[in-house]
Amino acid sequence: MKLKGRVWKFGDNVDTDVIIPARYLNTTDEKELAKHCMEDLDPEFASKVKPGDIIVAGESFGIGSSREHAPIAIKASGVSLVIAKSFARIFYRNSINIGLPILENEEVYDLVETGDEIEVDLDKGEIHVKGKTLEARPFPEFIKEIIRYGGLLNYAKEKYL
Amino acid sequence: MGQTIAQKIIAKHAGVERVTPGEIYLVDVDFAFGNDITAALSIKQFNEIGARKVFDPEKVGLIPDHYTPNKDIKTAIITQSMRNFAREHGITHHYEVGEVGIEHALLPEKGVVLPGDLVIGADSHTCTYGALGAFSTGIGSTDLTFAWITGKVWLKVPETLKFVINGKLPRWSGGKDIILYIIGKIGVNGANYRVMEFSGDTIRNLNMDNRFTICNMAIEAGAKTGIIEPDEKTIEYVEQRKERSTYTVYKSDKDAEYEKIYEINAEDIVPQVAFPHLPENTKPIYEVEKMDIRIDQAVIGSCTNGRISDLEIAAKILKGHKVANKLRLIILPATPAIYREALERGYIEIFLDAGAVIAPPTCGPCLGGHMGVLAPGEKAISTTNRNFRGRMGHVESEVYLSNPAVAAASAIAGKIVSPEYILGGN
Repeated sequence: MKLKGRVWKFGDNVDTDVIIPARYLNTTDEKELAKHCMEDLDPEFASKVKPGDIIVAGESFGIGSSREHAPIAIKASGVSLVIAKSFARIFYRNSINIGLPILENEEVYDLVETGDEIEVDLDKGEIHVKGKTLEARPFPEFIKEIIRYGGLLNYAKEKYL
Repeated sequence: MGQTIAQKIIAKHAGVERVTPGEIYLVDVDFAFGNDITAALSIKQFNEIGARKVFDPEKVGLIPDHYTPNKDIKTAIITQSMRNFAREHGITHHYEVGEVGIEHALLPEKGVVLPGDLVIGADSHTCTYGALGAFSTGIGSTDLTFAWITGKVWLKVPETLKFVINGKLPRWSGGKDIILYIIGKIGVNGANYRVMEFSGDTIRNLNMDNRFTICNMAIEAGAKTGIIEPDEKTIEYVEQRKERSTYTVYKSDKDAEYEKIYEINAEDIVPQVAFPHLPENTKPIYEVEKMDIRIDQAVIGSCTNGRISDLEIAAKILKGHKVANKLRLIILPATPAIYREALERGYIEIFLDAGAVIAPPTCGPCLGGHMGVLAPGEKAISTTNRNFRGRMGHVESEVYLSNPAVAAASAIAGKIVSPEYILGGN
């Protein structure tokens, strides 16, 4: 799958409390969660983000809580992909499990600013930015399989139900 | 080459002889639970994809502890869905208000998690049970739904970092200071995806409460879990409360492979304070005291520091003192049994005399949920585990993390101080 989107750039250690603050965790409604996505970091994010936009971030994106509401809020806000230097481990697995595309790459961060456009070939793990082609860290085979199924629940449905 | 305790537990649950870091397995889980934030989503997913029954009703946990007693109507609807799910599927480990406590204090206390278990919880602090010699890790709601259906979770075998801590801890230092000190050294990403194994004579000399505190905050260094080999204290703790008759004690082989070994001298670990807005921003209390940081609220409780020995320390310091003018001291015993024991030992009276308010066992203020949310510009000292921006309330509030002794002393002084500031050098 190929994606093209506008960049939203965030720094290191973007935690799940700013991605979706606990005061909004009394619902599982994804549209409701999307309304408050990133609110404590950038109050205008939710109103300005457009379908297909791409988040680019630094180290440990998604540190903190196990709340799956965080990747759900990002996905429901229309963001098509998160590229970070590294991900916190629970956020990483939650994203894979719910089918929010993520890629790990260290170089993109310094090459882009908010508003830039980048193109990504998800299947190849290639990121095209400013005339350069960068490679994302490859996923292990099992994770690729979950991605192919579009998430862990589809995998479960197919194999266990 | 030998195996670490974490590798041995994973291998056992993967049905293989041995495992190597980097491999991914679908492993059997001994217990899979969620709380009123995360299980709500799992129940919805479970029903939506048409699953009919859980893999084992005795191995599923539903623990409404974050926003209970229900803080609003939406929460009431969520806890209702948990109650209904528990009835429908005959879930034995559903805890209603009155018997519910903070999950990571409650499950060990009830003997639900035992040494050698592989446990997943849809809560990041599930790593707490490593103190029992179990492999336990936080996962998300989809993982939990998957486990409820299949009895399994996918796990990548992690590398292990070993922390060897020897020597005598300074006065008023405990498990909280050990883990804050380590996070201050290695950073919030310092153990990402890895296991943190804690050992050494300092750890052996700690009671179980302090060991839970250490493993509880392994996630704050990004770790998959924290773990401590069981010893006679673990066995004594487990034997008094175990829900099942058998369990397995695993220990790391002498020639087990570690990614890195850290040697730490306990004498260096004076009480620590983590400054906003990351747990890695630690400073020794004696430096902090000079900074004259005025506080509006002190919180003593949580899955990190809401156990009886935490309340014992708080009581020792608060006895005969009053909290500072206009400061709110909120104390939350982590479970009903801890609450009762605090009552019987006279701590609750000491707290009330000091001007504290006692909240029911709940995660409440730790995540800015309820029972002590902060206003703009307010500062809190807290024995909880996270001090992210807006964690305890308004985005312009600040949280300083400490052990219960420092939090109690600071509540009296109205600013962040060492226990000696209140009690003198003894």
